[in-house]
Parts: sequence; C-alpha cells; structure tokens
Amino acid sequence: MTDTTARGAASAQAVPMVLADCVSKSFGSNEVLKSISLEVRRGEVMCLVGPSGSGKSTFLRCINHLEVLSAGRLSVDGHLVGYREANGKLYELHPKDAAKQRRDIGMVFQRFNLFPHMTALENVMEAPLRVKGESKAVVEKRAMELLARVGLADRADYYPAHLSGGQQQRVAIARALAMEPKLMLFDEPTSALDPELVGEVLDVMKGLARSGMTMIVVTHEMGFAREVADSLVFMDGGVVVESGDPREVLSNPQHERTQAFLSKVL
Amino acid sequence: MMSRDANRPAVGDTPPPGGSAEPSAIKAIRLRHPWRNVFAVVLILAFALFVIDAAQRPAYDWESVGKYVFDRRISLAAFTTLQLTVYSMVIAIVLGVVLAVMRLSPNPVVKSIAWFYLWVFRGTPVYVQLVFWGLLSIIYQTIDVGIPFTEPWMSFDTKVALSTFALAIIGLALNEAAYMAEIVRAGLLSVDRGQEEAATALGMSWSQTMWRVIIPQSMRVIIPPTGNEVISMLKTTSLVTAVPFSFDLYTRSRDISAETFNPIPMLIVASIWYLFFTSILMVGQYFLEKRFARGIGDRRPDRKAKGNDEVPTLTGALPESRADKPTVVLPPSKGDPPLNPGHGGRR
Repeated sequence: MTDTTARGAASAQAVPMVLADCVSKSFGSNEVLKSISLEVRRGEVMCLVGPSGSGKSTFLRCINHLEVLSAGRLSVDGHLVGYREANGKLYELHPKDAAKQRRDIGMVFQRFNLFPHMTALENVMEAPLRVKGESKAVVEKRAMELLARVGLADRADYYPAHLSGGQQQRVAIARALAMEPKLMLFDEPTSALDPELVGEVLDVMKGLARSGMTMIVVTHEMGFAREVADSLVFMDGGVVVESGDPREVLSNPQHERTQAFLSKVL
Repeated sequence: MMSRDANRPAVGDTPPPGGSAEPSAIKAIRLRHPWRNVFAVVLILAFALFVIDAAQRPAYDWESVGKYVFDRRISLAAFTTLQLTVYSMVIAIVLGVVLAVMRLSPNPVVKSIAWFYLWVFRGTPVYVQLVFWGLLSIIYQTIDVGIPFTEPWMSFDTKVALSTFALAIIGLALNEAAYMAEIVRAGLLSVDRGQEEAATALGMSWSQTMWRVIIPQSMRVIIPPTGNEVISMLKTTSLVTAVPFSFDLYTRSRDISAETFNPIPMLIVASIWYLFFTSILMVGQYFLEKRFARGIGDRRPDRKAKGNDEVPTLTGALPESRADKPTVVLPPSKGDPPLNPGHGGRR
C-alpha cells in the first residue's frame, strides 16, 4: 500500500507531497468524490479545473481535513490526514493533532475570510503568535516581509474592510504563508474578484510558484494554468476525467467532456 | 424656481462630448410635510399642558419628592440597587458566554447540560426562582463539602453562609444567564462560517478560534441586546423583595411611603433614580459599541492622504533569471523602502 512506502526508508524527495488513493466523500447519499487517486510531487503546481459541483473544492478541503473522507487514503508529506495508523488499524486524531497537521498546509479561500476585526498585519501575525507561540518581534518582522512580498507593506495598518478584494486576497496569501507551510491550497482564489483585480492576485501566486512552493489551485483561470501549472486535472461529477501537462490538456483535450468544458471557458 | 441662468445650457442642448460643461445642480422646491408640523405642535402643546397641570396637582406632592430624592435612605437604596444590577449582570454575562459556548460545543454531554440549564431557568418565572432561593436555607440547612455518603470535610450553616443579598444576586444572575446565553449564541452564530474555517485552516484550536476570532466579532451583535438586559435587570432588582431582601430602591421607597401614607411622591423618587441610572448605562453602551465596531468604521483619514501612491505592481514580471532564488518575490524596488513610516508608532 501507499503509506508503507511513505513510512519506509525512502528519501524524503521520493515521498510525494500529496498522495490521494481512492479518495471518496459523500454528504448523505450524495457522492461528491468518487475514488480520486492522484499524486502531487514536491514543488509541483497542480491546477484543478472543472464545472462547479464537480468536487474540486471538496477534494481540496479534504486535504487539510476540513472535510472528513468517507473512504480511501489521503496523505500529506507521508502522513495520513486526520488519522494515525498502527497495527493495521486507523485511529482518529485528537483535534489538537489534527490542528498540528494543518499548520503545515496553507489555505486561501474564495471569499478571503480575513479576520475583519484585525488589521492586515494582525491578520498575518495571529496564527504564528497563537499557534506556534513565536515571539512577537520575530513574527512581526516576518509578517512585514510577507506583506512587502505581496506588495502591501504600506497597507499593514488597514482593516480588511478598507482594502480592495485583490488586496484582501493578497493579505490572505501572506497570512497563510506566515505559518511557513510546505503546501498551499487555493480554493478559487480569484473567483470573487472584479476582473481587473484578478491579475494582481495571480501575479503573487506566480511568484510563489516560481519560489518552489508546492501548490494545488482550484481555478477557472486557464491562462494561469497554462503558464504556471506543472499538471492539470480536469474533474467532473466527482471523478478525474483527464489529467496531464496543462498545455497538452488545454490545447488537445482527449475526453469529450473536457472538450465540451474547455470550449465554453477558453 | 426653474429660473434658467443665461450661462447654463438650455434644456435641449447636448453638452459637448468633452464634458467641459458643468452639469447644473438640481434646484427643486423641497417637498413639504405640513402635517408633520401640525402633529408636532399638537403634541408639544399637549405635553406642556400635562406638565403645567402636574406641577399644580397636590397628589404628586412635589415638595415631598424634593425632600426624599436625596434622602440618605433612598440614596443608599439606589446604591444597593446598582450593586445588585452590576454584580448579577457580571455573573450572568460570564455564565451566559460559557453556556452559549457549551451549546455550540461539539461535545454532546456539554451541549445537553447547557440545554437543560436553559430549559429550567428560562422556563420558570424569576419571581418564583427568587422565592426558591429565599427558601434555600430551609431546604438545605447546611452546605457540606466532601465526598458524598461520607463524613463531610466542611459544613456551613446555609443561613450564615449566604445573606439575603447574596441570595438575591444568585437568583437574579442565574436567571439572567439563561437569557444572556441565547443572546451570546445569536451573536456567535452571526459570524460568517468562513471565519471559523480560516482559523481552523491556520491550525488554531477550537478554543483559540472561539476566543480570538468568533467572540470578538460577535460582540457587535451581542452588545445592543445586552445593554437592553442590563437596563431590564436594573428594574428587575425590584423583585428581590421576594427573597426577601428589602434594601433595594423600590422596596425601600415603598417602606418609607408605608410610614408617610403618601405613596405617589415616593414612586416618583424611585423612578427618578431608575431613569438616572438607565441614562448612564445608555452612554456606556454607546462607547462599548464604538469600541467593537473596529474594522467596520470609516477609513482612517491619515492613510487616505497618500492613497494616490498606488500599490506597487507586483512580481509576475519577475525575471526568469531570478527564479532560482526561492524567496525573492519582492516588489520592484523603489528608492524608498515600502515599509509604512507611520506604522511603528501606532502600537
């Protein structure tokens, strides 16, 4: 099985960052994910595309255990998500340990979800201060660097309500990066933005991709996928319909369903 | 009037496409509301009549009102009422927050305890509860500390341990906590679910998420009805006579009127004090609401001034040659550092 290799003596490079093996998820009788198997290597940027309701976001949320799997195995960096395996049995993790796993996984949401009662700087500092218990001076320095990195150093003292959507999303990216994650998940990060603000967020993501961050991006921005992604996965109806090199898939889709979808969005 | 100035374009004229012509400001006669004025005048007259009449009416006995309003017994009673209100509200708010968090907790045992508490304390009248608390020393003569069914380590006589003042506070607080719990719960539920998700995704624990993210945001929703509850509590304290505790404002003024056989001025005296406290509480609520509107209020003016210096454009154009340097995604370097100069002094 997959996780035996994960715990084996293989070098860290060999362990994929994300390994999904027959991942399934149902809400009641509604089967949202049907046996998804895929692998994301270290430093890889994967774009998940597909029509709404195809299960892309649900899959993303399974990766940091915001949703609990119904079946299958999912591991991040060689560790099962949400469970611990011993003697062939699965044990549910204590919420504390589940929270510990999430520290290494950054997530960016469609609706930003910044904390509105905190300034941009406080938003970025909150988790390293409270969760990691780092010293304030260290955290503040890093937070200011991160805000500079997303081009918002001069907005550090602004509350989210006083920032544009694109600026809020960039603060949200900085907030996720402040925990120094090894994997970043983006759940339609530009879908709630005015068209003219999309570019500034994508630019930050491109920079992040170039810096070697492992990223899984649920998106409708095919241009971004073509330019930045190492792999593209097309999902529909809870299954992976087609996957491969993004330029290949986008220009020459093999599956009928992919062709139909791309003809509408491209 | 629609007087047309010579320098304004005539109605049919199309302004030049360049938009050099200023659009003429709207000059319209405001819509009149004559009945509003009539109604206001009638009301003011009626009120004035009432005041003039009341000032002369012997039953109000304004002389006694003036005499008793600063009577030492009354001002002490007013202070006692304030103490009852503050102590019981503080306990009720703390307990209410705990109960609300318990009701939203993922733990089913904790959840049911909170539900049961609310069921009992909201389901019975506060007056009945206060009578019960007054009878506590008859139901339980001693309060024992120790392991059940063994000799207690410590034993208190209930009557000695709990004064009627303490019982009044307990009675008011426990009843009020049930209502506060619902107010707090409504506040917690008003916070967008995405907030909890974002905090969870950052690795924050459930309690950290609650105290740092959810509760601060819910305060805006919680404060107005809580102010309501404080004012309501100020007046509910008049029921502590059921315990029986008799040093609160209303019971005291009624006792005085029992001696003077003149109840009406004493009622006015008590009302003046209640109104005075209520007014103070309303001012306090205003400032609390302002405090928790952080992040919702107006844009900070000091920042707006330099708003034209737009956010430096970013990074997509990072030269490929630099791509091997992992962390370099800095904005195109300008002469000055992008750090906000005013930012250090603020905290």
